[in-house]
Amino acid sequence: MKTQCVISCLVMIISSFSLAADKPIRVGMVTDVGGVNDQSFNQSAWEGLQKLKKELGIKASYQESKQDADYQSNLETLYDAGNDLIWGIGFKMADAILKAAKQNPKQKYAIVDYSFGDKTPPNVVGVMFKAEEGAFLAGFIAAKMSKTNTIGFIGGMSVPIIHSFQYGYKAGAKYANKNIVVLEQFSESFTDAAKGKAIANQMISKNADVVFHAAGAVGDGVIEAAKEKNKMAVGVDRDQNYLAPKNVITSSMKRVDNAIFQVVADLQKGSFKGGSTQNFGLKDGAVDIAPTTSKMIPASLIKEVEALKIKIADGKIKSPSTEAGYTTYLKTLK
Amino acid sequence: MKKFLFSFLCVLSGLLFGALILKLSGISPIEAYTVMWNGAISKPSYIAYIIIRSTPLILTGLSVAFAFRTGLFNIGSEGQFIMGALSAAFFGYFFNFNPWIQIPLVLMLAVFISSLYGGLAGFMKALFGVHEVISTIMLNWIALYFSNYMVLHDGFHKANTETSEFINPSTSITILENWKSSDAGLEWLGQHPLISDFLRPSINAGIFLAILAVIIIWLLLKKTTFGFKLKAVGLSPEAARYAGINVNKKMTQSMMIAGGLSGLAGATHVMGVSKNVAILAAHEGYGFDGIAVSLIGSNAPFGSMIAGFFLGALKYSGQKIQSALEAPSEVISIMIGAIIFFIAIPVIFERPINKILKLWEKK
Repeated sequence: MKTQCVISCLVMIISSFSLAADKPIRVGMVTDVGGVNDQSFNQSAWEGLQKLKKELGIKASYQESKQDADYQSNLETLYDAGNDLIWGIGFKMADAILKAAKQNPKQKYAIVDYSFGDKTPPNVVGVMFKAEEGAFLAGFIAAKMSKTNTIGFIGGMSVPIIHSFQYGYKAGAKYANKNIVVLEQFSESFTDAAKGKAIANQMISKNADVVFHAAGAVGDGVIEAAKEKNKMAVGVDRDQNYLAPKNVITSSMKRVDNAIFQVVADLQKGSFKGGSTQNFGLKDGAVDIAPTTSKMIPASLIKEVEALKIKIADGKIKSPSTEAGYTTYLKTLK
Repeated sequence: MKKFLFSFLCVLSGLLFGALILKLSGISPIEAYTVMWNGAISKPSYIAYIIIRSTPLILTGLSVAFAFRTGLFNIGSEGQFIMGALSAAFFGYFFNFNPWIQIPLVLMLAVFISSLYGGLAGFMKALFGVHEVISTIMLNWIALYFSNYMVLHDGFHKANTETSEFINPSTSITILENWKSSDAGLEWLGQHPLISDFLRPSINAGIFLAILAVIIIWLLLKKTTFGFKLKAVGLSPEAARYAGINVNKKMTQSMMIAGGLSGLAGATHVMGVSKNVAILAAHEGYGFDGIAVSLIGSNAPFGSMIAGFFLGALKYSGQKIQSALEAPSEVISIMIGAIIFFIAIPVIFERPINKILKLWEKK
């Protein structure tokens, strides 16, 4: 028994030495209260890390948060575990990341969906998505598919991240059809599916035949309403076609996995861009429309969308993300 | 001695059962328990986190235990916690006095409001015979949605977030909060790494309030006629009524005190840790965990205190298996659940052990 112990100890020591020789990068992530199987950005983030594990041989781990109060302690758990980079997934973790980054100035951190702007600590990278570019394409498709010349937008809350969806969508719709009517409403919630359904029904009764939502789980109700009334819906963040295969014509996808992949790959190459916010867009493969779109819309329209993608990636079309940007954008259309 | 043996066996079998679950999901139980043990005590900050985590659990456990003594099953601890947290965040933001006035005032208001909320369930039971289990479960949801409604209200809602405004610094009960980040504090802490590490989490005065509450409730139940009457109602309402105790009044009072205790848990959480309240998609579970704490602590005040620390430590260090050994959180929840389950049912050991002891004595 004793010799067994000694041998196993030796094996452990030797194996830890050999590990130290390879030194794979260790990356940890803290989810927000959605958890790692939220079918949304937390899950996508973890998929990105797993892809990195396979392709670049990094070591990845995650800590799930059950309550908002867990963020700080989870970040510290990953700090104590000796990670090279620690991710906070979602803007809710901004305060906790900022505090941790100040306490541990040598530790690298990154946060998804939040920008500290000029106040970004030198050991933090903010990752933002040009959601307006994906929404622009979604708006373009919605306007082209609409027969009633009326489409709807349902936002979770009137906050900058949702505004980029809202104005990108409107800009894309107006690009396709200058006379399109866009109905807009905020549900003041990211969780209340019943509310989403009610708002969507209201829009449908006002003649809208395509509804787009940027409102988390509220959207489940939006899509359900479209399904029941046999209208069209546009999903968000991930390919939501599976929720209503006949009605969800496209989804404005946010590829958190691709963005995380790039930041970690940069880190491995030794070019971590601390102290800045990186904006990922269509060009980087970090926003896109859903792959199922090609099954749902005519091939001629797909061709137009592909051409539009190139224009956006080249910067020939700049999708607005704020109300002010949208107003100036409208002037360029005329 | 015998009681100690029971508890020890319960914890041991709980841990063994937890080990089985870990083993079945392909995780080495020895490694997992080593990670948990090191993750609980190997650094001062870990102990501080356990204290922070245990504070609300001790208070909600005490709340459930107290109501149970009067024969009431307070499932509403969760809702009372939310009302206490909301009140503390609300008054902590809109009032701004000197801390010596502000802190007691906000605490008292939070406890008062949540005790009214808890009392409502007791009142409905006393007056209309509405069973408190039903009414408190429904009141939990009313509290949740009321809190969400208030958080989104203009003037209280922090723009561009899903949370309310932060409370004024004068409301904070975090220990040495300003000094920790001041130049003098940073210099002193730089020379004392252990204390610095302990103070890094938001360690707060809530734990003293929780222990004080435990002592007061113990005295109330043990040494006062009021406590005696409450217990009499719990043991047999009919007998208590025959003895001239106003049972309805006692039920309402008991639920009010229980509600106040849960509200105190919410208030200390806001004033010491979170500093605001956020939109809740679902219940956070502080109150429901209180039921487990009360069960483990055999519905006694000091039992709730020890059980609160135990569950707090288990929940804090249990999470660490996730990143260290890639254990899914479901496995961790099942493991913790199994441990609690075994601890909460000492009866299964009571009979066999009594038999063995009897055989022993015969020899």
